[in-house]
Amino acid sequence: MNSTLDKFFGGKQGGIGLLVLAALILVVFPLALDSFRLNMVGKYLTYAFVAVGLVLCWGYGGILSLGQGIFFGLGGYCMAMFLKLEASDPESTKIQSTPGIPDFMDWNQITELPLFWQPFQSFGFTLLAVVAVPAILALVIGMAMFKRRVGDVYFSIVTQAIAAILTILIIGQQGLTGGVNGITDLKTLLGWDIRTDEAKIILYFVNAALLLGCILIGRFILASKLGRLLMAMRDKEERVRFSGYDVASFKIFVFCVAASFSAIGGAMFTLQVGFMSPSFVGIVPSIEMVIFAAVGGRMSLLGAVYGALLVNYGKTVFSESFPELWLYFMGGLFIAVVMYFPNGLAGLWHSHASKWLARLRLPSRRQPPAAAAQPAEQPPASGAGTIDAVPAKQLESTP
Amino acid sequence: MTGFQMPKPVLAIEGLTVSFDGFKAVDDLNLYLDRNEVRVVIGPNGAGKTTVLDLICGKTRATSGSIQFDGRELTKMKEFDIVRAGVGRKFQNPSIYENLSVFENLEMSYPAGRKVFGALFFKRSAEVIARVEEVAAEIGLAGQLHSEAGLLSHGQKQWLEIGMLLMQDPELLMLDEPVAGMSVSERAQTAELLKRISQGRSVLVIEHDMEFVKSIAHKVTVLHQGKVLAEGSMDAVQNNPKVIEVYLGH
Ligand SMILES: Nc1ncnc2c1ncn2[C@@H]1O[C@H](COP(=O)(O)OP(=O)(O)OP(=O)(O)O)[C@@H](O)[C@H]1O
Ligand SMILES: [Mg+2]
Repeated sequence: MNSTLDKFFGGKQGGIGLLVLAALILVVFPLALDSFRLNMVGKYLTYAFVAVGLVLCWGYGGILSLGQGIFFGLGGYCMAMFLKLEASDPESTKIQSTPGIPDFMDWNQITELPLFWQPFQSFGFTLLAVVAVPAILALVIGMAMFKRRVGDVYFSIVTQAIAAILTILIIGQQGLTGGVNGITDLKTLLGWDIRTDEAKIILYFVNAALLLGCILIGRFILASKLGRLLMAMRDKEERVRFSGYDVASFKIFVFCVAASFSAIGGAMFTLQVGFMSPSFVGIVPSIEMVIFAAVGGRMSLLGAVYGALLVNYGKTVFSESFPELWLYFMGGLFIAVVMYFPNGLAGLWHSHASKWLARLRLPSRRQPPAAAAQPAEQPPASGAGTIDAVPAKQLESTP
Repeated sequence: MTGFQMPKPVLAIEGLTVSFDGFKAVDDLNLYLDRNEVRVVIGPNGAGKTTVLDLICGKTRATSGSIQFDGRELTKMKEFDIVRAGVGRKFQNPSIYENLSVFENLEMSYPAGRKVFGALFFKRSAEVIARVEEVAAEIGLAGQLHSEAGLLSHGQKQWLEIGMLLMQDPELLMLDEPVAGMSVSERAQTAELLKRISQGRSVLVIEHDMEFVKSIAHKVTVLHQGKVLAEGSMDAVQNNPKVIEVYLGH
């Protein structure tokens, strides 16, 4: 029983890290920030879902997807379609030539709700679709690419291309998708007004809880044999293959998990911000999301959350004063992190702060007389303790 | 089929050819390996020895010919299916997971939890632990179970990779230059190890070290330019003038 819990919480160290993060986003932020700023943090945290997914598929799986915006966007659009249909009841759209359909359809001379929109009248279907549509697309992309052993760089480029294609498709099909403006004027969720301050606070907590849930799932995956297989594959893919594993299936799996996490983030973005548009799907947002993970630390699920928070905070502050410089700054930041801090903030934390903390704690640890009761410093081979606390030597050896 | 192969060979390679842009690295090769046989393949650099192993384990696909293992045609099978059918292969350069512990390296080759959800819910049972400890003792790494594999000496890494193969309990064990880079005493230990682990399985070894070959081989095959130049006992092969000319004379 204990070991199952350990798998989720990543041992003692991982448990503390998780508690600190949970306290920060569940207690500190809600107490310290007004509802406008809290909503902004909530928006940043939706990107953290993508970054957490990237830790799994890029950090551990070695699969650098530069197209996670695809899945963030699809999740967001699925949610937005449901909300838009709810906002387009015949009563509030009676001035349209076809009442009862979304306004942008009416503007584009569409007179009937398109077939693929119809299931999104059901909330149950929508919840399913938020995760299933992106996961199925990831499955298809993954099967096409990994079964054929497409190279890493080529894979990254293809994900970029798909992100670009999807953006063009959404913008081009204005009548079906709302075009470049996206799907806007979302009002209620099952009759509950999501635009009020109170609703935004509740959605913030739902979002935070879902994010913590995704981190726990991520930890479970990394602590399992599958997590060790991912690391083994990154190191010696051939050895894994010739030990009887279908390497492609594991890559497809983490890629799908990362896509599902991104999609949940996208759906929560739509709910909290009140719209979804193609500007969250394309190449630039997809690369930004990789930067969040890189800055936070691509080997650290918790680090990815801090990365998303800090970079977005920086973006908000910085782009207010120098909007045109922000992109260059991001590019520079990415290069700097990759070259000098390959494990991002989490790497810095482990190589500096945790050592310093350990030194502070050591003297008091020697105090208790029951030395035998002291837990072993070396975690058992299970690796459960090493998920967020990647040993320093491992951090340094990652390219 | 033919009267000469009295017991049915566990591995039957016939007419095997692979061509890389017109260059035939393996050329119409025939090779039969008996059950419980230890066969050593020798030959000059570039003779195609590694390529033969690549072909058997599916890393390289044959241009033509057949590879029958226990009556199954390997040339059409997926790599992981070939492994699951009972073929284990050690690479020329020690190929282990440097960041994982010795225990985890061995456990990774335990034949359970090989599919996505199997791996996700794989439990380190007492059985698994016992098997890992047994193999670790066999390869002389029982004392290093929990150290990081990257910290092992070169020779220990070679043993670890052999241990990873033993975890799968393969019917056919293929080793590409297992003693390369080892000290004299490590070579002797490896020869002993090979004699122990070849009980009840067939072993195909590629090696350049003649002392080592002599100590383990039942039969030797000399490969030259992708073809079998000679085959037989160590003594016969060593005194074969053709073999002396292209290989042993150097
Ligand atoms: N994938 C490949 N593409 C092109 N040529 C290849 C490929 N694999 C092997 N070769 C060539 O085939 C020949 C045989 O190579 P192989 O590695 O099998 O030799 P070897 O007998 O194992 O030599 P060594 O003793 O040096 O390990 C070499 O000339 C090599 O360059
Ligand atoms: Mg070779």
